[in-house]
This record gives sequence, structure tokens and C-alpha cells, in this order.
Amino acid sequence: MTLTAADIAQIMRLVEQSTFDELNLEIDGIKLTLRRSGAGGAVTQNMTTQQSLSDAAAAGAAAAGAVAAGTTAGTTAGTTAGTAAGGTPAAGVARSANSRDIASPMLGTFYRAPKPGSAPFVEVGSPVEENSVIAIIEVMKLMNTVRAGVKGVITEILPADETLVEFGQVLMRARVDA
Amino acid sequence: MAIRRILIANRGEIAARIIRTCRALDIETVLAVSAADRDGEPARQADRVVCIGPAKSADSYLNAPAIVHAAVAMRADAIHPGYGFLSERAALPQLCATAGIVFIGPTAEQIAATGDKLRARAEAAAAQVPVVPGGAANSRAEADALARKLAMPLLVKAVGGGGGRGLKRVERIEDLPALLDLAAAEAGAAFGDARIYLEQYIDRGRHVEVQVLGDGAGRVIHLGERDCSVQRRYQKLIEEGPAPGLPAALRHSLQQAAVRFAERLHYRGAGTVEFMVDTQRETFYFLEMNARIQVEHPVTEAVTGIDLIAEQIAIADGRGLRLRQAAIRISGCAIECRVNAEDPRNDFKPSPGRVRDVSWPGGEGIRVDTHVVPGSSIPPFYDSLMAKIIAWGEDRAAALARLRGAIAGTRISGVHSNLGFHAAALEDPEFQTGGVDTGFVERLYGRRPDLTDHAEAVAAHG
Repeated sequence: MTLTAADIAQIMRLVEQSTFDELNLEIDGIKLTLRRSGAGGAVTQNMTTQQSLSDAAAAGAAAAGAVAAGTTAGTTAGTTAGTAAGGTPAAGVARSANSRDIASPMLGTFYRAPKPGSAPFVEVGSPVEENSVIAIIEVMKLMNTVRAGVKGVITEILPADETLVEFGQVLMRARVDA
Repeated sequence: MAIRRILIANRGEIAARIIRTCRALDIETVLAVSAADRDGEPARQADRVVCIGPAKSADSYLNAPAIVHAAVAMRADAIHPGYGFLSERAALPQLCATAGIVFIGPTAEQIAATGDKLRARAEAAAAQVPVVPGGAANSRAEADALARKLAMPLLVKAVGGGGGRGLKRVERIEDLPALLDLAAAEAGAAFGDARIYLEQYIDRGRHVEVQVLGDGAGRVIHLGERDCSVQRRYQKLIEEGPAPGLPAALRHSLQQAAVRFAERLHYRGAGTVEFMVDTQRETFYFLEMNARIQVEHPVTEAVTGIDLIAEQIAIADGRGLRLRQAAIRISGCAIECRVNAEDPRNDFKPSPGRVRDVSWPGGEGIRVDTHVVPGSSIPPFYDSLMAKIIAWGEDRAAALARLRGAIAGTRISGVHSNLGFHAAALEDPEFQTGGVDTGFVERLYGRRPDLTDHAEAVAAHG
């Protein structure tokens, strides 16, 4: 069986209306995790593939990807799978075929540039290698460099410069070669 | 200054407990969580939640820089460390001081003085508080010489430890070298300090501790004592206050000794001075001071009517001691059971997992401190405490009857628990008489082989 964007949207609605907080689904190499978070009850989701997608599944994922690449919790609304946060499903469907989340390895203050006034390490569109420095996170005056961890092109930079980021918060997204 | 927002650097039932007092005081809460606790009940209760690191404690709940950074960024005025984790590490108050954050607890210097168990022994002796015969064991020769002066059996303890961790009992002098090595290795791994010391083992002792509050300027009061003799491998299971059957003069001496010790340190905040009471000789010895709020603090709250977390906050806020010794009244009796997620069939190993359903008791005189609700996850990374069930009564018999009813009315499914142990302990004639020593749990298991077999485990599971 295959999973289309419409299927995902329906699953998200079902979870939204259910009493469950979390759903883990694995079909045809697609792993779907839906988690209800926060008081608003919005469902966030995370989708990864374990292997190359079947054509049909890829089509579904691509449709969902249109929603996702570029959404963060509560900011942008999707077209297919849901509309804005605040009751309806929204937020990051990472299309893992070629989109990767770069999560913060620690809590601290997020800096895009090596020092005030300098050019940022990366901009949207910047190519990165696994060991490219993409940001600094300062913890009690200690500067920690953050590396991309993936090879690809930065498609999105999420936190504002010089703001607190939590452990695990998505800092950037990158498009990698499929 | 006035503390308006507190960052809580802890998890589990104590996080929920601190949030409860903050709500009553109209203080905002920021809960620092690890990735494993994001969806927990305390995270739901706190005003704000910040994820400080991964599930592993070393990178989250023990990560002082991340915690203080989070407190500053979230504009918290103060940090409450709870118990365990960073609560007795001098690094946290030191870092708080550099960041302009109030640490709700003693000074870094007081934590260092009580944390170094050899130094604490010296302070106790200087305050005319009796210490258990023993001393430093910095070398094998020193340990051997000391061991020959003391009578067997002995205890090998960690200088940087406490709470029973790293403790070894030596029955024969020829076992000493191997146990010294083992204890030093464990102490080094657990506390980052491999130093050990020796103490005489006190047979048939009772573990009695005195709750104190200090203003940091030399004034100290006590809030009575708790008896924590029901222990399994040095882990407390049942605590009660007042200590049953203690001669009045001995009780008074214990309380005064605790106050003298804390006064000597100019202790600030809430602390507990632990003693081993030798019931045969009607004498007592200083064990250690815990420079933090303790798991079993609700026992004291139940018999005094005082909110210890609120007093901790008031003292940290510079309001000093709001209570006078003469105003402290011990009323009735309180007994507490620690309900742990552990498997009686598997040597009481922690039983992490998801709690399918849970029903906590209630009613007159019953208090339950917990973070566990139906669907809660008990992560494998932390301790297995699920709840503390506390019963108060006008006398010990009344408290015991209420507690037995409460334990019988508790239902937990999805994980194993020690509810069966508690039911058996509370109905045991020796416990009902009161004043048991630390050998009680071992004797109880001898009398009740059913406690560790399959049938009991199923009953507790249901």
C-alpha cells in the first residue's frame, strides 16, 4: 500500500481528534511520527524514510513536502496537509528524500556570525559540507561551534540571531542531493 | 529583592512539588527539562518549559552552565535545584552568583563543607556532636592501621558521596584491600572523587534525621525529626515523624546536636542532619548533613503544617527565618511510603516503561506527591520514584491505619511497583510496634518469602 498526502492529512486529523498524544506508523519504508504538543493541541509531525521510496509513496511524500519544507511550528500554513497552527495540523513535514533538519546540539544563545558585524557563517542558498561551521551557540560565555552535519544547500534558517535556542530545536534546514 | 520567577532544575515528583508552592505564592515557574521529560506532567504544569539537553543526565540535569544560561535567558530570578542532580554541587551556586541569579539553597562553601564527609565529621566533632568511630583511609596502610583499631564489621564510605552510594561493608579484615579498591573505583565514578574513609558499622541502629532551617546568619531552628530506618540497601523506603518510641531526653539531644552543627556552619536554608541512633546504648552518632530539601520532607510538613519549599524561597529571598523555635509544634504523626517503579521478581531492578493506568489514593489525612498520571512514561535514565504517599493521623496508629488503606487503594498498571512491599511492611507486627532498626527489611523478607515471588509481583502489577 502507499501513503498519499491526503492519507497523511487524514491521519493527522484523526490523531487531532483522538485522545492519543503520539502515533508511530511504519508503512512501506516510510516512518511517520505524529506528536501532539503544547496547550494548543497542534500536531507536529516528522517523517523519515528508511530506504528509497517507491514511486507512489514518493509522490505522496513530495506532495506533503510542498507543505513542509518551509514550515516551522506555528509559522506557516500548509496547502495540502493542513492549515495554520491552532487546532489544525500544521508544521514540519520534513521530506527526508532531500530535506534535512539541523537540530541544535545544546541549549544556548544562537549566533549566525563569528562576531558582531561579520558576515554570517551561512545564508539561505549557501552550500555546506558536513563539517562546515554554520553557527555559534554560546553557553555562559563559552562559544561552541555548530557544524552542518550534512552536505547540501541551506534552505531555511529558523531562529532569529542572538536568541535562546533549546536542545533539539531545529536551527536550519538543508536540501541534500537525493 | 522579590523572587517573581523561578527556574526549576529538576524533574519528577519534586518538580511538581515545587511548582505547587510557586503557584500558591504567585511565582512563575520555568521548568528545565531533558529531551526525555518534555512531555511529562511537570512540563504541563509549569508556566514555561525549556529543554536543556538530551535524556542523559550528565548533559542535561547535571549541566550547570546550560541551566544557568537558561535561567538568565528566561529572565528567572532564582534557581531551585530540588534534590539529587546539582542540588549539592558547589558549582551551581558559584555559577548562579556570577550570573546574578539567586540559588535557593545553602552557600557554595556550606555545600563543600557538608559534601566532604571527612570535613563534615570534623565540623561535627568541633560542634560537640558525636561522630561514629572512624577516619580517613588515604592509603592502604592508613586504612589497615585504622581498621585494626576499630571492631569488625566496618563500613567503607565515599568522602564525596552520601545517600548510601559507594558504601561497602567489611566483615573480615582480609577482605579490606579488595573492598577499598572497589569502593574507591565506585566513588570515583559516581562522585568524581575517589577518596574513601572508614567507619565502625553500627549494628541495630536506627536512622533518625533532624530537619533544620537556618537564616545564614547563625540562627537555626529545627522542625523535629524523621525516622528513616526502613531501608533496603541504604535506600529509604518508609519514613515517619516523630521517631517512634525515642526516649524524650535522647530526642532532645538529637535535635540540639543538629541545631549546633548547622549553627556552626551559619547554615542557610533547609537542611537535614542525619544520625545513627544506637538503641541499645541510647546514644547517637552524626552521619552526614544533606544540604538540600529532602525526598521525605512531606513527613515534616504534615506534622508541623509548615511548607518547607516556601520557607526555602523566603530565606533565599533575604527574608530570613519567619518562624521561631517556640512556634514550631509537632502535631500527631505522619508516615510516608516511597512508591518506586521496580520489579520484585528481578531483584528490585527499576521497571521503566509506560504507566497504562494509575489511581492514587485520597481522603482525610492522605497526601500524594507525584508526577505520574495515566500514560506517563517512566524513563530508564533516572531514579524510579513514582510517588510518595503520606498519611497523617492524630497518633501513630491513626496514621498507620490511613496509610494502609491508602496503599490498598492504589492501583498502578503498565509498570511494576513496590506497593506489595509497602502493604506487607505496614501490616508487619514489628513495624506496627514501631522503632524498627535498619535490619527490618531483611527480617521482613525472611518472614515473607512471598514478597519476592511471582504471585506478589502479579498482585502489585494489577
